Amino acid sequence: MEILVCVKRVPDTAENEISIKGDGTDIERDDLVYSVNEWDNYATEEAIQIRDKVGGSVTVVTVGDSESEEILRRQMAMGADKGILLADDAFEGSDGRGIASILKAEIQKGKYDLVLTGAQADDGAAQVGGMLAAMLDWPYASLVNKVDVEGGKLKIGREIEGGNQEMNEIELPCVLSIQTGINEPRYVGIRGIRKVASVEIPSHGAGDLGIAAGSVGAAAAKVKRADYFTPELGKGAEILEGSMEEKIDKLIELLKAKGGLK
Amino acid sequence: MAQIFAYIAHKNGVVEDSAAELAVAAKKIDAAAQVTAIVTGSGSTLDSACQGAAKLYAQVWKVDNAALAYPNGEVVRKALAKIVPAGSILLVPHDTFGMDMAPGLSIKLDAAYAADIVGLDGLDGATLKAVRQEFAGMAHTHVAIDTAKGAVLTLRPGSFQPDGAGASGSVTDKSGDAGDLSAKRRFLQVVEAETGDVDITKADVLVSVGRGIEDAENISIAQELADAMGAVVSCSRPIVDAKWLEKARQVGTSGKTVKPKVYMAMGISGSFQHLGGIKGSPFIVAVNKNPKAPIFQVADVGIVENILEFMPAMTEKLG
Ligand SMILES: Cc1cc2nc3c(=O)[nH]c(=O)nc-3n(C[C@H](O)[C@H](O)[C@H](O)COP(=O)(O)OP(=O)(O)OC[C@H]3O[C@@H](n4cnc5c(N)ncnc54)[C@H](O)[C@@H]3O)c2cc1C
Ligand SMILES: Cc1cc2nc3c(=O)[nH]c(=O)nc-3n(C[C@H](O)[C@H](O)[C@H](O)COP(=O)(O)OP(=O)(O)OC[C@H]3O[C@@H](n4cnc5c(N)ncnc54)[C@H](O)[C@@H]3O)c2cc1C
Repeated sequence: MEILVCVKRVPDTAENEISIKGDGTDIERDDLVYSVNEWDNYATEEAIQIRDKVGGSVTVVTVGDSESEEILRRQMAMGADKGILLADDAFEGSDGRGIASILKAEIQKGKYDLVLTGAQADDGAAQVGGMLAAMLDWPYASLVNKVDVEGGKLKIGREIEGGNQEMNEIELPCVLSIQTGINEPRYVGIRGIRKVASVEIPSHGAGDLGIAAGSVGAAAAKVKRADYFTPELGKGAEILEGSMEEKIDKLIELLKAKGGLK
Repeated sequence: MAQIFAYIAHKNGVVEDSAAELAVAAKKIDAAAQVTAIVTGSGSTLDSACQGAAKLYAQVWKVDNAALAYPNGEVVRKALAKIVPAGSILLVPHDTFGMDMAPGLSIKLDAAYAADIVGLDGLDGATLKAVRQEFAGMAHTHVAIDTAKGAVLTLRPGSFQPDGAGASGSVTDKSGDAGDLSAKRRFLQVVEAETGDVDITKADVLVSVGRGIEDAENISIAQELADAMGAVVSCSRPIVDAKWLEKARQVGTSGKTVKPKVYMAMGISGSFQHLGGIKGSPFIVAVNKNPKAPIFQVADVGIVENILEFMPAMTEKLG
């Protein structure tokens, strides 16, 4: 099975305090620690496991800039066979639909049976996979937490409310968005990354992909981010101050009043 | 002015809470709009869902087809692509169904798409101003949505409070317009989540751990605090994904809904999927090393500390 996994480089929210620039145009990106989107790690692991079971190859692709190469190498260190970078000034400022159009053009240059995305990324939109499938006219399933290859079809589980699982049969080729917990993504050490450090990663731009200037990027975006802002909050939490000891004493007092402690 | 539609989620003939929330959201887009509810399904449960929708919306479009008996996103999308007029604004709940169906529909309708909207500031010409969150709720953004060729919008559950307004709408049967509903994804069955040894839904006090616990070995630190408090340990989703605790202990939209008196959020950032599982307005205590963590916006009491130091110290104090 020829599998393509779409991956995005995102600021690691577990590692960073996100703060907004004074003029609200963006978040402070200078000191951010970036990594591969959490969901995309599960997608890459799933692709590798499927390949190891039924044969074929795994390609990882990202729409980004030269700095995004590092996440492609990381996924190759996990076991992906190839990496492709889609980069062009014309791609900048694309909305989800723009990103999906760029990915679609690359997919149509290849011969893939299965395309995996993460369920969502840092913008929390969960949009690219479903848009891509609709553009390709392939079937789609989101929030997938189980994949079994059965002949020319897949039997898949989708996570729905309450942690229940919706079982479906889906034809190939198809696009699936992968939910966390589907597998346990393998650990990548420094040594693994070193092994793939010099592998050539092809970079394709708008011209290579036959994408007309203006059909993606900021100009084509139907959704534009106007600004970042800090909302007027409700009363918010009462923050306990003092030494650790003082905070604990105060908390115990409050908990006793609320019936949280006998 | 664009026509506004709301997709109604329903179960066993009863419309879900989102039905009333979308009606409120529609008014925020255009206070004067005549909003139409679209209800898809099959047979008598569909009819009762339509009755429920008619209590909230002036117009209800009913789409009855055996293929729509279960809300398979692939099939519903096909029906809506035929039924929703070009240029309309369609509202859909941002739940596991909406995430599945809606992005592709925006492509089929050639409409704009904006997901997981938490606030709406109204239309200015064809531009709709909406509020979203990014980076796990750590940043808010205003987005400008070009609705000139229509828009599909998914709305975060719980973000638009129902205003109690009622309607006595009329139901129009649009089943004939749905067209061919064959799809390449077939629904088989729903497998219920497994039940575990503990029932966190019955606990009065929960010590709930998130990714801040950092390591499987540290779970015992939370257990010791819970023992000292007479509480039960629950957790956020990454702890279950990492297999450090069983699924039955997960709080959230894809886990359990809990109604404790006291909820101790230890190293939990406060994502909406997590908060969606906490009901009954408990007294929420948040301990987090990041003073900007979104959990502090919903907690009653906040403590900025490292939970790996805080929890043992509190356990000792309770000794
Ligand atoms: C400086 C800047 C300006 C921006 N301006 C705008 C704007 O004006 N309007 C706007 O709507 N958005 C804007 N964006 C957001 C950006 O275009 C998003 O990347 C896009 O919306 C898709 O990401 P998402 O998080 O919504 O993806 P989701 O749909 O949540 O992600 C789901 C999955 O899709 C795949 N995927 C997502 N992005 C990529 C990618 N780049 N490469 C490969 N696979 C991917 C991954 O598998 C991911 O797990 C801007 C971003 C930046 C950094
Ligand atoms: C469809 C869907 C359904 C989902 N369902 C659920 C669900 O049911 N339940 C759920 O929980 N999530 C769910 N999620 C995931 C959710 O979006 C978040 O990713 C998740 O809730 C984050 O968990 P967290 O707060 O533990 O981790 P993070 O967001 O990583 O937060 C960890 C927090 O710990 C703090 N921290 C780190 N170290 C320490 C320390 N030593 N001391 C103190 N604080 C520390 C950090 O500052 C941070 O605030 C779902 C997602 C999707 C897409």
